[in-house]
Amino acid sequence: MEVQEIIKNLKVQIVEQLNLEEVKPEDIDANAPLFGDGLGLDSIDALELIVLLEKNYEIKIQDPKEAKAIFTSVQTMADYVASKMK
Amino acid sequence: MHVFLGANNIVSPLGFTTAANFSAISSGKSAVTEHHFPFSDHSFYCSKIDRDQLNSHFSKRNEKSSFTFLEKMCVLSIQEVLAQSNIDLADKNNLLMISTTKGNIDVLEHAYAELPAGREYLSEIAKSIADVFHCANTPLVVSNACISGLLAMIIAKRFIENNRYQNIIVCGADLVSEFTLSGFRSFSALSDEVCKPFDAARKGINLGEAAASILLSAQPLSKLIVSGGASANDANHISGPSRTGDGLFQAIAHTLTEANKKTVDFICAHGTATEYNDEMESVAFSRHNLQHLPVNSLKGYYGHTLGAAGVLESIIALESLKQNTLIASAGFETQGTTHLDHVIRQTTKLELQSCLKTASGFGGCNAAAIFEKIL
Amino acid sequence: MNAIISSYCKIVPNKISVGGKLFFEEASEKELPEFLSAAYKYGELNYPKFHKMDKLCKLGMLATELALRNCPDWKALDKSRIALIFSNQSSSLDSDRNHAHAISDKQNYFPSPSVFVYTLPNIIMGEIAIKHKISGENAFFISNQFDPELLFSYSTILLQTTGTEFVVCGWVNCDRTHNDAFVYCVKKSNFKEQNSGPELDHTSENIRQLYNT
Repeated sequence: MEVQEIIKNLKVQIVEQLNLEEVKPEDIDANAPLFGDGLGLDSIDALELIVLLEKNYEIKIQDPKEAKAIFTSVQTMADYVASKMK
Repeated sequence: MHVFLGANNIVSPLGFTTAANFSAISSGKSAVTEHHFPFSDHSFYCSKIDRDQLNSHFSKRNEKSSFTFLEKMCVLSIQEVLAQSNIDLADKNNLLMISTTKGNIDVLEHAYAELPAGREYLSEIAKSIADVFHCANTPLVVSNACISGLLAMIIAKRFIENNRYQNIIVCGADLVSEFTLSGFRSFSALSDEVCKPFDAARKGINLGEAAASILLSAQPLSKLIVSGGASANDANHISGPSRTGDGLFQAIAHTLTEANKKTVDFICAHGTATEYNDEMESVAFSRHNLQHLPVNSLKGYYGHTLGAAGVLESIIALESLKQNTLIASAGFETQGTTHLDHVIRQTTKLELQSCLKTASGFGGCNAAAIFEKIL
Repeated sequence: MNAIISSYCKIVPNKISVGGKLFFEEASEKELPEFLSAAYKYGELNYPKFHKMDKLCKLGMLATELALRNCPDWKALDKSRIALIFSNQSSSLDSDRNHAHAISDKQNYFPSPSVFVYTLPNIIMGEIAIKHKISGENAFFISNQFDPELLFSYSTILLQTTGTEFVVCGWVNCDRTHNDAFVYCVKKSNFKEQNSGPELDHTSENIRQLYNT
């Protein structure tokens, strides 16, 4: 799968899994930070993103500390997913 | 007026009496061991009560109706307190309080084919126990995450001080279940070894199961009183503890003021062994300049017994006061919080007068109480 | 010391009343989540975290928000002197069943942290505390039915003996067919309020009547 396609899928999955009712997938900037200012996600959302990767891509993040870098933005998540799928 | 702390009991994997439990942990014994469950390839470190042993103990009561495992734990624990104290729950002046987070959660896992429907409701637990002891008042259930047990004791103290009741037995209980194990695992909160509260290498919690009961009374049944107690909310996050320890700081502040004290002889802390909880406690204690006091967590002996924890750990703290014995904080080796420099390494004899007990939990809740000896 | 019930909000499926007056009603019967969503929009809560909450918390957040709005001067108080006392019959069973369902299929085993975190009834008090910066005493009681005597007596003890000046008190229940919320505010009567609402003496009989009507 191409990175662009992964990005598109991730945006839909994030909105759905994290119940971001007031956000449309296409409104998410792939390079904007997911936590803090950007989408304003918190620590429970981070744990939920770990589940999202497991469920949809069969990718297991063992070390929660590793998650921080992977979940910087939708772009970094997509890059990580692409690298694991190869 | 004083509220006295009387008869008590602990039903845990370390024994079915307070004496057996205190003796086991005094000699360094932990109930936390590796367990395998049918639902997972991974093993879990947790503390579980032997089903056959408890069932055979319970069968001596010759009860006619059916009970869940949790209810049996509670009945055995309360029965002990009643036997020691001659309190009659059929008396209108006396109340039973139950503190639990998940109650009969194993009902949702279809553990009991023979029981009538509806046992997953916490008030049904209260009802089934009330029937056993012919309670005059409907037992009061407190479910307030991991502070449930300590909060129930604080509420009991307030009811007694305000002449609502003469005697209150608080029974805290929770099970280890697939429900809680899988949930805390999804939080990456479980340790894959015996937990190490306040230690530099701590990795998270172990879950444990227990029922623990204690009598609070307006009558001078003992030389031990609860001289202060309060709760407070972090107003910060529903699962993560406040980095500044605001709620715990405030609960301790109100407790010290009520007890008219600036310090105590030791702290029996919550100490779950997660990175953030233990550091939060270290911050809150240091904001009161209590960071140099001897402090322990009992989670290395019992795991986190959730709704039972506050009652169970208070009973051990009271036994410490009675026996003038500081209990070692199991699993601690190297200072792993910013401020706590006197985590108790070895169980030692020391003259003790007063203790601060604290608890914190999901939902940002915190509770603190002070127990004291009187002359 | 006397205390006063300064405002209250009641939610039953498809209908919300504040201070005894109809605030919002759905003409057509809707499922609970859709109704809560519509009420959120109508009430202009403007709090995106709302959508992440379970149904129990949504019910409690809406009722609390609307009760507090009707009692504007609570904001001037020291927030550490505001207590939260809540109660219900079903604890967090609605979310409990969701988590139990997520772990029932071993082939498709994905327990969700954002479901699990709501498997404690007192999380509603955490959500209220965060939204309104309320940091005082907390207690969550489980009773088989709405128990005005219990709520009255514990509120009174807190107001008389702990430095608590204001109590947000209530019942919020979410279960298969039993969904309702009733949140009321109690203040010490010496606390001056300019914009006085429908004030009532704080008695268990008044609490019972407000809940039943």
